[in-house]
Amino acid sequence: MSELTLTVMRLGFLAVLWLFVIVAVQVIRSDLFGTRVTQRGARRNAASRQQGAPASAPPAPRQQQGGRQRRGAPTKLVVSEGTLTGTTVALQGQTISLGRAHDSTIVLDDDYASSRHARIYPDRDGQWIVEDLGSTNGTYLDRARLTTPSPIPLGAPIRIGKTVIELRK
Amino acid sequence: MSSSTSHTSTIGAIGAPSRRNTELGLLVFAVVIPVFAYANVGLAINDEVPTGMLGYGIGLGLLAAVGHLVVRRFAPYADPLLLPLATLLNGLGLVLIWRLDQSERLQQRAEDLFGGFTPDAPNQLMYSAIGIALFVAVLLILKDHRILQRYTYISMAVALVLLILPVFFPAVNGAKIWVSIGPFTIQPGEFAKIIIAVFFSGYLMVKRDALALASRRFMGIYLPRGRDLGPIITVWAMSLLILIFETDLGTSLLFFGLFVVMLYVATERTSWIVFGLLMSGAGAVGVATFEPHVQQRVDAWLHPFSDTVMAQSDQIANSLMAFGSGGVLGTGLGQGNSDLIGFAANSDFILATVGEEFGLAGMMAFLLLYGLIVERGVRTALAARDPFGKLLAVGLSAAFAIQVFVVAGGVMGLIPLTGMTMPFVAYGGSSVIANWALIGILIRISDTARRPAPAPAPNPDAEMTQVVRP
Repeated sequence: MSELTLTVMRLGFLAVLWLFVIVAVQVIRSDLFGTRVTQRGARRNAASRQQGAPASAPPAPRQQQGGRQRRGAPTKLVVSEGTLTGTTVALQGQTISLGRAHDSTIVLDDDYASSRHARIYPDRDGQWIVEDLGSTNGTYLDRARLTTPSPIPLGAPIRIGKTVIELRK
Repeated sequence: MSSSTSHTSTIGAIGAPSRRNTELGLLVFAVVIPVFAYANVGLAINDEVPTGMLGYGIGLGLLAAVGHLVVRRFAPYADPLLLPLATLLNGLGLVLIWRLDQSERLQQRAEDLFGGFTPDAPNQLMYSAIGIALFVAVLLILKDHRILQRYTYISMAVALVLLILPVFFPAVNGAKIWVSIGPFTIQPGEFAKIIIAVFFSGYLMVKRDALALASRRFMGIYLPRGRDLGPIITVWAMSLLILIFETDLGTSLLFFGLFVVMLYVATERTSWIVFGLLMSGAGAVGVATFEPHVQQRVDAWLHPFSDTVMAQSDQIANSLMAFGSGGVLGTGLGQGNSDLIGFAANSDFILATVGEEFGLAGMMAFLLLYGLIVERGVRTALAARDPFGKLLAVGLSAAFAIQVFVVAGGVMGLIPLTGMTMPFVAYGGSSVIANWALIGILIRISDTARRPAPAPAPNPDAEMTQVVRP
């Protein structure tokens, strides 16, 4: 066998071996899973929020659960004040719990919040309801302290301690 | 209304796709590379494409296909990289062993010493088949890795028996790590490393709070209470006893290192690593002062080219020479002289052949393949939802990593040589079979970890609550 062929085979083998390693690393790169955090940048500002229109929302994958969403129903929950400002949670018919407990959907880092403070869930018609879970300092919808589970109007601020959240389309 | 825009982010879940087709593609790649290497060896040594190439390719392909189909059927969400990486290493190991079988020097040596030469590659192919069979059995029988948690203390007993058993059998080449039953000899230490990882994870899962929280802070590190030192001292004593009575540095290091790694992972306390390093250092130096076998190994490590060491064994010297003559790009498959190592050229010292014939570039790729297996194991641990699975995945990856480090370090002269084998590549039945079982357990854990969570049950509260509208 000629020297040239053997040299080509030797280098070819090394190239193929490295190609395998690189392909494997590419697979790892495309294999990220777990929690997705989409950065939205600084595009949204206070002005656009006051108009109630989400400015250039990113094409977030929104799995609509067919039938439950009505026209004009809110599609996301937005934290508009407090340490979690800007966080959004897609509304997909699930119950959203708020509080300092670690298993809450939105974990509030707030001295005025109870560990299981309030929850937000859809009733049978798809109307979103907020319910205070016997918190110490109360949950406020607009200006009124909640005493019973109440439906949430679009854009109405729900205040828990220093955190304000609202539902948006 | 003032608001900051620094926290603008959306939280949502991504389901992991099953990735079985990716695995299939990589597996085909992982079978083709060794077949190419096989042809390369034949062309370099005998000037012709070897006759056994088709049979070898089909054999390796069949093993990979069986593994893939079983994973596809019984662990559909498993990690897509573990099986191809293990297959590639096993296939390349087969080629390297076959290449050393072709060496006239080794054939002559075997005839002089034992009166006949038997090739090792067919045996290794058979061991690989048994290994795949065990891999399949693990996936079939072990439906959920948490079942292993029930056998925490039974596995401790089994592991102790496996570790102690070789003491009662005659030493082979100065180390008592073998058990012979009839015509078969097995290395129980290879299996013990899996079983001991099961025990450590079950034990630490229960005890980790006590070990992590009850401590005093001193000079920036947390010092554990005296009574919490009990387990680590017990394991340390065990590993020293292995070192003294079986004169096997490798198993001893693996055993103790595994415990320290898992202790650190379970408790997040750096102090355990400090303690572990101090204790293993003190233990090794202490034993080396009176154990001649260990002293020999240390001498051979410090002065591989001295006359006294060369008179006993020139293995390490030849191995270092092989690495040196390989250079950056290697001599090419079948064109090196690593067969000068003679004894154990295709088992403990197989990495010298890699270093010489693939060169530094190939060696790096080789170590990266091992690194990727370990990385996937640790990633599995991160994704696992139960603490036992997390600890077990870390433990198995750590055992794998420590073994690679101990062997590679020994052959390259970084640490004293120990009697361990390179996983998947080196010749030896116990090693191949045990490591396939290890990969099987990792695949089982990763399948459980990556399986999408079942759809949440409809919230009963939401249905029952009567909403009173104003």
